[in-house]
Amino acid sequence: MAHAHAPHEPVEVAATRRQELHRGRPFQAMAAAGDTLRALWHDKAGLLGLVIVVGLAWMAILAPLLAPHDPTAQSLRDRLLPPFWSPGGSFAHPLGTDNLGRDVLSRVIFGSRTSLTVGASVVALAGSAGVLVGLFSGYVGGRLDTVLMRLVDIQIAFPGLLLALLILFMVGPSERTVIAVLALNGWMVYARVTRGTVLSVRETPYVEAAEVIGCGPVRVMLRHVLPNLASPLLTLAVLEFARIVLAEAALSFLGLGIQPPDTSWGLDVATGRDYLYTAWWLVTFPGAAIALTVMGLNLLASWLRIQADPHERARRFATSVLRQRSAT
Amino acid sequence: MRGATEPLLRVEGLTVNYPGGRAGWLGRERLLVHAVDDVSFTISQGETLGLVGETGSGKTTTGRAVLRRVPLTSGRIWFDGHDITEIGGRELRRLRARMQLVFQDPYASLNPRMTVGDIVAEPLVVHHAVQGRHELRERVRELLRLVGLPPDAASRYPMAFSGGQRQRIGIARALALRPDLVVADEPVSALDVSIRAQVVNLMQDLQEQLGLAYLFIAHDLAVVRHISHRVAIMYAGRIVELAGRDDIYERPLHPYTRALLSAVPIPDPATQRERRRVVLRGEIPSPIRPPAGCRFHTRCPLAEARCRVERPPLVERHPGHRVACWLA
Amino acid sequence: MSPLLEVRDLEVHFLTPGGTVQAVRGVTFHIDQGESVALVGESGSGKSVTAQAIMGLVELPGHVVAGEVIWKGRPLSAAGRGEVARIRGRELAIVFQDPMTSLNPLLTIGVQITEVLRRHLRLGRRQAAQRALELLDLVGVSSPRQRLRQRPHELSGGMRQRVLIAIALACEPDLLIADEPTTALDVTIQAQILELLRDLRERLGLSLLLITHDLGVVAGTCDRILVMYAGRLAEAGTADEVFARPAHPYTVGLLRSTPRVDVVHPRLIAIEGSPPDLSAPPPGCAFHPRCPVATARCRREPPVLTPLGGREVACWNAFAASGVEATATSHEEVGR
Repeated sequence: MAHAHAPHEPVEVAATRRQELHRGRPFQAMAAAGDTLRALWHDKAGLLGLVIVVGLAWMAILAPLLAPHDPTAQSLRDRLLPPFWSPGGSFAHPLGTDNLGRDVLSRVIFGSRTSLTVGASVVALAGSAGVLVGLFSGYVGGRLDTVLMRLVDIQIAFPGLLLALLILFMVGPSERTVIAVLALNGWMVYARVTRGTVLSVRETPYVEAAEVIGCGPVRVMLRHVLPNLASPLLTLAVLEFARIVLAEAALSFLGLGIQPPDTSWGLDVATGRDYLYTAWWLVTFPGAAIALTVMGLNLLASWLRIQADPHERARRFATSVLRQRSAT
Repeated sequence: MRGATEPLLRVEGLTVNYPGGRAGWLGRERLLVHAVDDVSFTISQGETLGLVGETGSGKTTTGRAVLRRVPLTSGRIWFDGHDITEIGGRELRRLRARMQLVFQDPYASLNPRMTVGDIVAEPLVVHHAVQGRHELRERVRELLRLVGLPPDAASRYPMAFSGGQRQRIGIARALALRPDLVVADEPVSALDVSIRAQVVNLMQDLQEQLGLAYLFIAHDLAVVRHISHRVAIMYAGRIVELAGRDDIYERPLHPYTRALLSAVPIPDPATQRERRRVVLRGEIPSPIRPPAGCRFHTRCPLAEARCRVERPPLVERHPGHRVACWLA
Repeated sequence: MSPLLEVRDLEVHFLTPGGTVQAVRGVTFHIDQGESVALVGESGSGKSVTAQAIMGLVELPGHVVAGEVIWKGRPLSAAGRGEVARIRGRELAIVFQDPMTSLNPLLTIGVQITEVLRRHLRLGRRQAAQRALELLDLVGVSSPRQRLRQRPHELSGGMRQRVLIAIALACEPDLLIADEPTTALDVTIQAQILELLRDLRERLGLSLLLITHDLGVVAGTCDRILVMYAGRLAEAGTADEVFARPAHPYTVGLLRSTPRVDVVHPRLIAIEGSPPDLSAPPPGCAFHPRCPVATARCRREPPVLTPLGGREVACWNAFAASGVEATATSHEEVGR
């Protein structure tokens, strides 16, 4: 046979790599998933982040099954018991108890529910509102864009924490109010990121091509512009999630967030503050939970950002391979 | 509604200015970019008009203006006998079916998230040109075959294809609705040298098969010579010479055309050494403050007093050969 | 006299998740003092990577796997880091394709030129400024004093390219490597820059390695031509020889498929297929899938660059393609 490939098929299709053999969308998706998992394995930090985040999510979902005690159950007899490895501690209360005899471990486990609920709700609310504003602003442009962006500027300039505290003070603190206030404070960044992406994508030739072949504006937005937002928005959402967890903890710490009998890590840090020198475990474990969550989210976000950038990915891959080779 | 002799496309007095920022004290002076100035030409059915120019010549803007993608400052455009200068909305989108665009960048002009089949099918879908999925698939296969791509390309993503193949996909997309006129904006400039010939041959064959007319925008004079029937040379937003292909290349009248032709390197050392080269001094004028009179006078070796003051009109010096020069 | 620059068996690989791309697969050539050599190839041929390797600019995910760069008789790998830094930049200089991204948009032209002078030649501020003026004059930049205070975006493309050349010449190098110096420029500006390069070569005795894909540019500027394909050299010889009597089928194909502005072609004869995927290059000769005169041997054994008819060719059937009339055009083949 004169050619090593079918006569009508160009050369590089024959000399193909694994990905090219996968035809059809299901196979493409599976191949992409496989690549992602492999990339995750190479980047241990990202893997750690994912493990932490997923672990926390499961912990929040399965809280009632995991927690040894009811987090609100008070027992004045068992107050201020130290963790199990200290003298006086026991496995009944592995991380000790607080000043009202409530089990610290259970409170930490249930506290994850609060943090994740608040985080997810705020991201969902602020995100959807912000993305919508950004989409319209970026695509329609003109006066609407100017007005909306000035609105964003005004709200950013306004001291957000002050506003939050004011509202919470007036309306009265609760989980719902916290969510509302944090959402109100956090939608602007989504609007800006979305608008920026839309503006740059609008200029790409394939969007112009869509308009030239006669697509209406709605189709152009949904089919051609929107899919580009997935990656930057995902990274942003994860980072924002981390920020919200911290913000909620801070508000609860100040007494303006979650109120007892609901559990929150921030709240626990506040109550533990008075016992910092006598019962160090009251502050440490909730505080560590906050830190671990935020770190996990940030590691995940960092990995996501690198995944989105093919140059970074290639460089990292090459570094790891070369390191392996020199090690052997 | 078009007579046998009336051209497919007629452009008269096309002028496109767009805002270019501000200058002067307190930014009071509003700057205008004079991209295209009083351009007139025609294209007949099945004919290729080569539009040649360097940076700032206005050739790309002219192409976009013909497709009604940029607003006209003045001038009129007739397509198939109808005045299309002011149509909009749905009527304009219907017009898109008959006038299409092939882009310069084969990598950026295809949506990376759509399969090749979807990309080629989109014009058919948007204009409701086919009934049912089966017919749609058939049309897509036919289009792919027409541009020399295997039918299984439809289920793959643009990423799997080379630059030359992607350009073929772009051509297939442009031909989906069987347009009468295709504006090709530097269709081979971004391709490898050995692939250019393939795509140029393809375009010629398609012209013969389908009776297409091309507005072939390019800066590569050699390619233009090969594919065009008539050629228009643009400089600083104006047409300086318009003639049949052989007339332009063998009997150029305008000093700029002569300089341009002598600047194009010829892949033959012996010829190259013997050539008399006209190397122009100076830079291409800024479209914001173009020179008065003949815009070429600042670099023209023959410029006289009249050239600096009065703009030379595009007049017919020989049958079918028009020049805009006082000294031609 | 020994050559100014020698490259021996250079190999450069790029490590990517999709496979190892063998960008340069064993390239050997030399440049003598005062010569002007063209390295011709398309994208993916490895010509730019070769230039980067000579200048030591290959960065991850790329790395030099094998081979040697020998400057004035001394291999650069044997020289200490300080000496290498001195050679690359002072005796060896490079000009890149896109002047917009090669110049720092925030700094004035003056700073960018004098920076080189002060670092490499240790000139004082006033001396460096004076020399910068001389350099701008040398490369034909109008109103040089004004230009020194301007920033890159205030200059036109052609002028920016001249500035890049001025920076490259600041330390009076022996060899100037120009990587596609005119590709991003308009035709009339390209002619100016090429004339400038010719002029500089005459006046300064500068040797030139010109990297390009444009055969026309080569024909007017270079004495010798090296044709690269898929990471290897296909043909090497004097420009006159190679253009008049191309030996390698790839060179033949390139010349045949390039339209000329002074000739009317009934039809361009294209090269079938596309350049190969270098993460999985075809066995034997990399060009064989596209070659009209390929034989069984071409599919098995990669040909070696051997002297033949006044130049060097890497082909088992050299000169065979010149006599072959293409029987089908590429697009018909592809469409079947």
